[in-house]
Amino acid sequence: MTIRTASGKSLEEITLEAALAGDITAADIRIHPETLRSQASVAENAGNPQLGQNLLRAAELATLRDDEVLAIYEALRPHRSSRDQLEAIASTLEASGAALCAGLVREAARAYEDRDLLRKT
Amino acid sequence: MKDDSGMGVSKREARLGRFRVLDSRPVNLDGFSAEDSGIGLIAFESPDDPAPSLRLGPSGEVLEMDGVDARDFDCIDAYIARHGIDSAVAREAMDMPEIEFARMIVDPGVPRGAVTRLAAGMTPAKLAGAVALLRPVELQMAISKMRVRRTPSNQAHVTNRLDDPLLLGADAATAVAYGFRELETTVPVLGDAASNAVAVLIGSQVGSAGALVQCSIEEALELELGMRGLTTYAETVSLYGTEGVFVDGDDTPWSKAFLCSAYASRGLKMRVTSGGGAEVLMGAAEGKSTFYLEARCVALARAIGAQGVQNGGIDGAAVVASVPDGMRALLAENLLVMLLDMESCSGNDMLVSESDIRRTAHLLPLFLAGSDFICSGYGSIARHDNMFVASCFNADDLDDYLILQRDWGTDGALRTVDEETLAAVRERAAKAVLAVYKDLGLADLDPARVEQVVVAYSSKDLSEGDPHAALDAASAILERNLTALDVACSLARTGFHEEAERVLGMVRARVVGDYLQTAAIFSEDMTVLSKITDPNDYQGPGTGYVLSPQRREQIARVRQERSTAELLAEQAALAGSVVLNEKGISQTGHDPREVCIGLSPAFASRLWVTLSGVPVFEVLREILAGLEEEGCVGRTLVVRSSIDLGMIGLTAARLAGSGVAVGLQAKGTVLIHRRDLAPLANLELLSVAPLITREMYRRIGMNAGRHAKGLRPIPNRNPYTDESYEARHHATVCAMVAIERDACRDGLPVDVEIARSASRTEAS
Repeated sequence: MTIRTASGKSLEEITLEAALAGDITAADIRIHPETLRSQASVAENAGNPQLGQNLLRAAELATLRDDEVLAIYEALRPHRSSRDQLEAIASTLEASGAALCAGLVREAARAYEDRDLLRKT
Repeated sequence: MKDDSGMGVSKREARLGRFRVLDSRPVNLDGFSAEDSGIGLIAFESPDDPAPSLRLGPSGEVLEMDGVDARDFDCIDAYIARHGIDSAVAREAMDMPEIEFARMIVDPGVPRGAVTRLAAGMTPAKLAGAVALLRPVELQMAISKMRVRRTPSNQAHVTNRLDDPLLLGADAATAVAYGFRELETTVPVLGDAASNAVAVLIGSQVGSAGALVQCSIEEALELELGMRGLTTYAETVSLYGTEGVFVDGDDTPWSKAFLCSAYASRGLKMRVTSGGGAEVLMGAAEGKSTFYLEARCVALARAIGAQGVQNGGIDGAAVVASVPDGMRALLAENLLVMLLDMESCSGNDMLVSESDIRRTAHLLPLFLAGSDFICSGYGSIARHDNMFVASCFNADDLDDYLILQRDWGTDGALRTVDEETLAAVRERAAKAVLAVYKDLGLADLDPARVEQVVVAYSSKDLSEGDPHAALDAASAILERNLTALDVACSLARTGFHEEAERVLGMVRARVVGDYLQTAAIFSEDMTVLSKITDPNDYQGPGTGYVLSPQRREQIARVRQERSTAELLAEQAALAGSVVLNEKGISQTGHDPREVCIGLSPAFASRLWVTLSGVPVFEVLREILAGLEEEGCVGRTLVVRSSIDLGMIGLTAARLAGSGVAVGLQAKGTVLIHRRDLAPLANLELLSVAPLITREMYRRIGMNAGRHAKGLRPIPNRNPYTDESYEARHHATVCAMVAIERDACRDGLPVDVEIARSASRTEAS
């Protein structure tokens, strides 16, 4: 498999010359979701399905902006979100193809309700 | 003390000398707690630890785990039950008696994979129960076999009290020069974090490529720095073993799972941190043992998909070490991680004891067994510059560590650095940081400070500098959204092309993602070593990691090593300072006042100075003077047929008119002998050559004279010493004895006269 960055550049294009010329931006040096999926199957085949799942969730997050990722993390911390807020995040994730992450957020919402970890109103 | 025992114990005022001395030992600064399971102050097997259990529903869902019904699961149970147990092997794994699994863990004939397969189906209590059965040496065997990566590695702390960017850069380069492959920094002032990350990133790529860097700070900011490529791995994603402490840490298993994925989504390596004792420190251990709670953490780490865990000697280490079996429990924590097939960043982090003996004992099992990271933060800087807290081993222990590697022929993942190399990388790193900070408009640091930084041991050696430089630089980095790409470009613009390429190499590595696999590090040629590319294949003697001849050479060649020629440099300096004139075969004397002095074969012909630093000629002169004081006559002869001092002395005694002689080796060892004694007997012996003074040699002469006159002299007493003279001198002794042996030949003793060399006398 030829490895490409999230923006489609090949590894050979990531050079100092290109960077100095301003031809490479931060988006050009992000890992491609497909690369993460391929790493996920390597991990799973090596006997660690949990690491595989983690990397599959990562593949879903790879296309999100940094601030979006940081915002979801913040929402998942204890007592930050109501059940509805978590559901809204899950729906948004699901709509953008991030089904595993959506599942994780929904699972959290249920557990937070059981363990009194939702936002105190 | 009141004598009420009837045993005759007498009343006394003074403390026993035995205890007076023991009380002053550093180990007695450490705290030792009585076990108190109620507050979790117990290493293994608290009465409140659950018995292992697992009940599965028809579709493999967990209905009960370790005695807790699914309806009563706390958030940690819930996450482990849902994601952490391999239901396909759970029944087989849970039905196996703990002792049988414990034996599988240790048995080199059982492949590693067979152990990890079963461990994946076990509950925390089951794993804890099995590992608790292992004795210390069995834990070491297990660690040799179960660690993930074949090649051991090591991690360093790089911090300083001032957050000085130039010193951070220089110290990062220093750590890499010593062989550390991961560098961890943190801040005393949170606002400085981004500056520290950039300085350490730059320094880490001076000298060689591929060292990973992290900045340990609040979770969200740490993630942000990672996303920008200013750090290349993360570690301080903390897990705790009880729900209360977990939530106090402002996270849940789900937020942590998300965080794992967030790091991976940017191609960043990460591991979680746990470690026994944290829950006790937070007063919320729920009466469970530290080891059982740690088993929960490790099971959760696997469940959330972390590739590795830092534990076994972290923040709570001193708590665990304060109770019985504590050190064993810390070591066992690392094995838990390996059993669940994750990278172990293995303790030896926090300074667990004031005692050098005790902290070394903490290090040694892992050091010998080898781990993915032997120290999860070797303090590569001075203790007082370590902004985590002082580590178990620190900058001033580097020589000890390197020599321990050499002693045991084991790979502790560090290497010797010579002063010139270290000066060069420190200077280049400091200059690179200076240049980048100026080029990017982060700070105008004083170029004169570079020289201070190069020679500094720690920030104590630096002038105060601009106290806001780091803070201003950090703010600029965050506000202007600077990334690793900006750092690489700036390095290139300022003439640090190699380092620029290396920083860009780390950027490329994140796009490839191979270092997301378990236990990944980069070698200096940017090869990924991980569970996938460098799996541990230990299966008993002759298998697993072996030192390459090059690596063995690197470990053996410590800077203190000396060749025989170098050890004899002191001899060479005085060579020829006296001349030894032979006067013919020694005859038996008849003067009752005559005392012979028998010299060893190389005395004043090839060896010139004793181990105490006194020239051999002067030693001889003192002995002769002592004899003269007693009215005796000394006769000097060389006994070339033996290097044994007893035989030399006895041979000389048999030739002496008085029947008494002094035997003297060139290294300075001396005795008094008499013709009727057995060869290995003597009248007086000073065996510790390095401690013998001129006065003592003179007294030997006097005492020999008194023996000759049939008197009863008072023997010399060895001086008080606590030093290990063998350790200090035996390397030199071997070199000197080899020369004595070489000078040894058949033949009769020869009378000699020793005088200062004429040419030397003129010269001086």
